[in-house]
Amino acid sequence: MSAPDTRHVRSAWKIAVVVVAMFGFGYLLVPLYNVFCDITGLNGKTGRISVGAANAAVASDRVITVEFVGNLNADMPWRFEPLVKSLKVHPGKIYEASFLAHNNSDHRIVGQAVPSISPGIGGKYFNKTECFCFTNQPLAAGETKKMPLRFIVDPALPGNVKRLTLAYTFFNITK
Amino acid sequence: MSTATATHDAHEDHGPAKGLMRWITTTNHKDIGTLYLIFALIMFMIGGAMAMVIRAELFQPGMQLVDPAFFNQMTTVHALVMIFGGVMPAFTGLANWLIPMMIGAPDMALPRMNNWSFWILPFAFTLLLSTLFMDGGGPAAGWTMYPPLVLQTGDAFPFMILSIHMMGISSIMGSINVIVTIMNMRAPGMTLMKMPLFVWTWLITAYLLIATMPVLAGAVTMLLTDKFFGTSFFSAAGGGDPVLYQHVFWFFGHPEVYILILPAFGIISQIIPTFARKPLFGYSSMVYATASIAFLSFIVWAHHMFTVGMPTAGELFFMYATMMIAVPTGVKVFNWVSTMWKGSMTFETPMLFAIAFVFLFTIGGFSGLMLAIAPADFQYHDTYFVVAHFHYVLVSGAVFSIMAAVYYWLPKWTGHMYDEKLGKLHFWLSAISMNVLFFPQHFLGLAGMPRRIPDYSVQFTGFNQISSIGGFVFGLSQVLFCYIVYKTIKGGQPASEKVWEGAQGLEWTLPSPPPYHSFVEAPAIK
Repeated sequence: MSAPDTRHVRSAWKIAVVVVAMFGFGYLLVPLYNVFCDITGLNGKTGRISVGAANAAVASDRVITVEFVGNLNADMPWRFEPLVKSLKVHPGKIYEASFLAHNNSDHRIVGQAVPSISPGIGGKYFNKTECFCFTNQPLAAGETKKMPLRFIVDPALPGNVKRLTLAYTFFNITK
Repeated sequence: MSTATATHDAHEDHGPAKGLMRWITTTNHKDIGTLYLIFALIMFMIGGAMAMVIRAELFQPGMQLVDPAFFNQMTTVHALVMIFGGVMPAFTGLANWLIPMMIGAPDMALPRMNNWSFWILPFAFTLLLSTLFMDGGGPAAGWTMYPPLVLQTGDAFPFMILSIHMMGISSIMGSINVIVTIMNMRAPGMTLMKMPLFVWTWLITAYLLIATMPVLAGAVTMLLTDKFFGTSFFSAAGGGDPVLYQHVFWFFGHPEVYILILPAFGIISQIIPTFARKPLFGYSSMVYATASIAFLSFIVWAHHMFTVGMPTAGELFFMYATMMIAVPTGVKVFNWVSTMWKGSMTFETPMLFAIAFVFLFTIGGFSGLMLAIAPADFQYHDTYFVVAHFHYVLVSGAVFSIMAAVYYWLPKWTGHMYDEKLGKLHFWLSAISMNVLFFPQHFLGLAGMPRRIPDYSVQFTGFNQISSIGGFVFGLSQVLFCYIVYKTIKGGQPASEKVWEGAQGLEWTLPSPPPYHSFVEAPAIK
């Protein structure tokens, strides 16, 4: 068996470069996806803005119903629910809502809340100035804590959207 | 082969080495093609046995034979085995056997790598199948391996990931070999536009594999690090997103379904002209249609995930892009039918399978169009309608084309004619039972029966029983296929050089069976 033609080996290496590049491209899809979701507000990810930036004109003639839902991921031994199930809000005005979390277990648990908004288009127009989901939330055994968020609905929200549902899911991230 | 024999035989036209080591150390494209095809047949029977378990469990509502966890392992491993162990190695085996003979080359360009790409496969599938005997059983989250469910897999998880890496490496090496062989080793005078369509479709398939298998490798590596190394690509708690996995997976997955069908198009484009005794209608449009399908396959992936909550613009884009694929596919079907039009047709077994392919694959294509309609897909998603659709394109598409290819070229490979009576019996059993098996699943799906569930509500019983009976007949018919292949290898009427009256192409200028080393001198191309 003679060694393969060097021409073939050279061609094979050229194709191998494409293989490595496509492996990299698979990983590149991760940041691309996140940037794409940020720009388009897809995926129910809600926005975060500073209080100072939240100075849009209040559209007092328009009323949006915002509903709140609290979920727990599997293996999360908490109780978690919104204090108020829904609010009628004017776009452009800051509102506050709260959730109540209680650690049912006998040990300290660190939770991380992940928000999701539906319909998805609302994600881009639902901005929070303050939220318990911005940081980890540790609860001691048996501890109960009120968890506030302050939000503002962007008046640019498309007119056909009358109702937004904001759902939080608490994940157990205790190390 | 050992260096001693190599130097000893260096100047003779030596045949294969003797014994088991011949197969382990072989670098001959015909040997490796045979190994691939036998491996694929074994995997086809193993994956088929799993399908029999599935159909037996679904014969009646309620839990009958196996527990739900095992049922889920069966659906998952059946798919992985059939896709990566059955259809893909069978196509690679055909490529190994046929591409050098069709383009007038003495062997594949990189014979040692060829040996590697085959011998990785038995190890990959030993790893995968061994998981069925582990604590917690085999992978059960579906072959698509969606997180977070797949991350709950037990001990089987790293074995599954590693076996997928190995299958990927194997098919990437196989594709590199195909591309280099076709680009560098065509006989003088064989321009690209003179290549047989099987060679063309494989060239395009190889490019698809090169572009997408590494993305799958990336996706499953991300799963692996999410589970064991604390990354959170797909974990919402750590800021990742499970939907991202679906995008990455289907960026591989959709081109993958064309990897499973483009070589079939090539096979059918070889067989129909032979038995219609007319040249293929619209050769160049066939080439361009294949290339267009390959291109479009990269921009339609999200039609597998219409229900994840995409914006309307996304749904529309992926819907229209998907429907566009029907145009080049329609060109192909039109060309096959036109090739047969006013041809002097005869209906030997390969032709029967080829005609069944055209007819039944088109049914699968139409149900694909129905699934492409985004608003309707919300009803069809994850139902038996999807199962019926992809089995029409994969069983009566890919698998039938492979069977057609085996009947068509087996006399060339072995030097013996297969038993035509048994071949026809096998065809009619397969073609009828395949429809009995999968056609009722359309109705089940439209009525809302979900896939991947071992139980169902009682109103689905009738169609499930019909489907199961079809399944058992189809399964048994394939035992007959194994027997026919075995019998042909062992003996039978000697086949002539050309085998088929209407056959065209360089492989038919070689004796049947072809010598161990063929086209050592490049043939002249008219």
